[in-house]
Amino acid sequence: MYNKNKSTWMLAAISTAVLSTLTLSACSDNSADAKAKSITTEQVVINSDPFPSTYEPIPAVATLITNATIIDGIGGLDTDSQILLQDGKIIGMGADITLPDDYIEIDGTGKYVTPGIIDTHSHLGVYPSPDTRSHADGNEMTSPVTAQVWAEHSVWPQDPGFQRALAGGVTSLQILPGSANLFGGRSVVLKNLPDRSVQDMKFPDAPYGIKMACGENPKRVYGKKGGPSTRMANVAGYRKAWIGATEYKAKWEQYEADFAAGKDTKAPKRDLNNETLKGVLDGDIIVHMHCYRADEMVVMMDVMQEFDYQIGSFHHAVEGYKIADKLAQNNVCASMWADWWGFKLEAYDGIRENVAMVHQAGACAVVHSDSDIGIQRLNQEAAKAWSDGRRAGIDISKADAWQWLTANAAKSLGIFDQTGSLEVGKNADVVLWSTDPFSTYAQAEKVFIDGGLAFDRSQPDTWPVSDFELGQIGEGDHK
Amino acid sequence: MKRLLTKFTKVGKVSAFGLSISIISISAALSLGISPSASASQFAIVGGKVHTLSAQGTLDEATVLIKDGKVEQIIAGTQSPLGYERIDAAGKVVTPGFIGAYTALGLVEVGFSAGQVDASTTNHPVTTIGAAVDVSYGINADSSLIPITRMEGFTSAVTGIEYSDYLFKGQGAVIQLTDNDPLLKARAFMALSVNNSSASDTGGTRGTLWVALKQALNEAEYAIDADLSPTQPWHGMISRADAKALAHVVQGHKPLLIKADRKADLLHIIALKQTFTNLKIVIISGSDAWRVADELAAAQIPVIVNPEYNLPGAFDTLGATLANAGRLEQAGVKVAIGIETHNIRLATQHAGNAVANGMSYDAALASLTKHVAEIFGMQQQIGSLAPGMRADVVVWSGDPLEVTEAAEHVFIGGEPINMQSRQTLLRDRYLHLKQDKPMVYTRP
Repeated sequence: MYNKNKSTWMLAAISTAVLSTLTLSACSDNSADAKAKSITTEQVVINSDPFPSTYEPIPAVATLITNATIIDGIGGLDTDSQILLQDGKIIGMGADITLPDDYIEIDGTGKYVTPGIIDTHSHLGVYPSPDTRSHADGNEMTSPVTAQVWAEHSVWPQDPGFQRALAGGVTSLQILPGSANLFGGRSVVLKNLPDRSVQDMKFPDAPYGIKMACGENPKRVYGKKGGPSTRMANVAGYRKAWIGATEYKAKWEQYEADFAAGKDTKAPKRDLNNETLKGVLDGDIIVHMHCYRADEMVVMMDVMQEFDYQIGSFHHAVEGYKIADKLAQNNVCASMWADWWGFKLEAYDGIRENVAMVHQAGACAVVHSDSDIGIQRLNQEAAKAWSDGRRAGIDISKADAWQWLTANAAKSLGIFDQTGSLEVGKNADVVLWSTDPFSTYAQAEKVFIDGGLAFDRSQPDTWPVSDFELGQIGEGDHK
Repeated sequence: MKRLLTKFTKVGKVSAFGLSISIISISAALSLGISPSASASQFAIVGGKVHTLSAQGTLDEATVLIKDGKVEQIIAGTQSPLGYERIDAAGKVVTPGFIGAYTALGLVEVGFSAGQVDASTTNHPVTTIGAAVDVSYGINADSSLIPITRMEGFTSAVTGIEYSDYLFKGQGAVIQLTDNDPLLKARAFMALSVNNSSASDTGGTRGTLWVALKQALNEAEYAIDADLSPTQPWHGMISRADAKALAHVVQGHKPLLIKADRKADLLHIIALKQTFTNLKIVIISGSDAWRVADELAAAQIPVIVNPEYNLPGAFDTLGATLANAGRLEQAGVKVAIGIETHNIRLATQHAGNAVANGMSYDAALASLTKHVAEIFGMQQQIGSLAPGMRADVVVWSGDPLEVTEAAEHVFIGGEPINMQSRQTLLRDRYLHLKQDKPMVYTRP
């Protein structure tokens, strides 16, 4: 869904320190004025990955799940099937399986297997439990444009919410800054395996996202703090920032061109805010835009055209159903709740069929949580949206509906090449459900991340417990 | 009747866009000659699996007869007597109308930055502690939340103040989710909170909050026999209006709802009942309630739980667990489920999750019906199906606790409701985006 060239991103990601000595010696030697350039052989290249992932999968043994109903996350459903997880990957499915010498077999009779759930909208770690001022680090509400802040620098890996989400089958999640600002800062995509640092959780090679926000939050927060105080000023604020970012990008491109041409040139001054915005204009950073009202989403898609960037996903999109065709035309996903509505006026027109109607129009529909409670039952959120759609005459199979939780979520985060579906070669991010996950009574029995058994409901002694809960009431309790 | 027929005609025109259940049910009802507003209507809901929540228990195949706004009787089998409009419920599930256990329905349209909200109270000299506040004056039967909620099988609700500047949240009400005469019981309960945030707002410490609470109850006991007229002196901490309201509470005429989570608070509440022996205390939330389940059972204190809350959101909810409802049930505590407003309709899902985490199915159904009615002293009218009870009846497509099932027919006081809301109209307007004229001309 998100039109990003993976290799370009990787190239950017591996370029190193701020003043890296990318000598360009090959070019220089062939250049006519190599001597003149020798005074400036060090090109300034911005390191796009200064906080690299140190994620390591947990130990895994080859695991064969047999006799299960398998929902592959891309529209397929196979009954009485099997799947082999080995070396962190999905190695085989259905009849086409070559068994290794050693493996564990799990009888999946009566059970369901799905890809691990991916939540595109979480504030775990940045608004952790306990909810206190001291650890509430999700929103830099000091200026309407704060693209320079990165959510990962606020993530507290000891948030017990991660473990709760794991018990609900969530294997990956995007942590976003809050929605007070027009530009709230960078998001980060995490594996749901908290360790000592956020870097230990970072989803390797996942692109960055940026949080933007429409509507009443920015105007409420900044209305008496210098603005914006209206939606029209919100839009002026986005455009002003994009104009600045466009100039910033041009300066750097001029610098790079001049350097390549052997000119004696000086790198522009770094600006962290514009660096993130430039990343969007370059197609490296995905826009995740909090937006409820249909009319505002249409305006934002025009702003997107004006400044030639791509919105990856509107978040909440409570009125997505009113403009589902336009979402499809513009290749913009919508990350939605099943049935939240009415808590503020821009959420007043929320309807239960929103997700299904967006899907029906051919747009990329995602079911998200934005909640440390909702993230524990995203399968039920999808089930509600699926059944409400059917009752309105929108005939979507369960197998197709599961895309809302995994494949479409992964696409909107730019990680679908690695996870989000059960396909040979993909990461073994897998959930074994006690029964049909479209049932209220279904529970995630086993959750695998990169083939490692991260959660086993039948083995309470193995459940992960955050530092915060250690030695407290209810430590290791059935949560 | 006239309004319903008008709606039906319009709905009929757009039926090609995809029939919703509401359209089917209304058209079926009308084709059978059902008159939705005729007060003498008689209905037979035939052949469903009926959870009566009364002495008749659960009947796998039974017929519910509705007459004059009441349940007339429930008969095993599929016979439909003459003179009753027949609603086929074969393969369906029939329950009493569900009751929103703790909501602000009718008091709030949009809670945040959108004008008046009657579910919060600020300072006024008529009260010094908030007890006098009476929400029955704030209930708006025209609220869009009413049709949105009732078409999902909730036929009545407990409603009260959500945010109070005072120790108490005042007196709440029990309402029916109808277009007219919503009040079933005004001043049905008194509410307050003693958890972390309330202590912070009430003198900054539980050391103040609890002394204030006991002082208020003591003064209320004194006020039972006092002359509270303006010509007589009254030097209490609480106002005269507070004293009048609280006097009913200390005499046990109405329940006192106390929001509390941690074990220490719950033990103080149990002790409070030993001091003020007539109090009818109900715990709200009760994250740690499972830790004192036996004591709560012995003190006959019910709990209205939020069964999905399992995070240590504050230092007084460290024990929060999805197993709370089931553990309380096992200890013999009466449990109700449903703390929400706009989405109180999701209490069915919450109850289903309580079942997935250890509660019995029967107790989960009771937590949405009978137990709520009993807590608020309404069990002679609502919360179960038995002869003479209000005919608040719901026909579900299947198990109501399954997130994929839905209410198909809803009766309130013996009347079938129009299965339509602002939300279904918005849906039907936008189901097909290609229209010749702007969408504002599409009126489903």
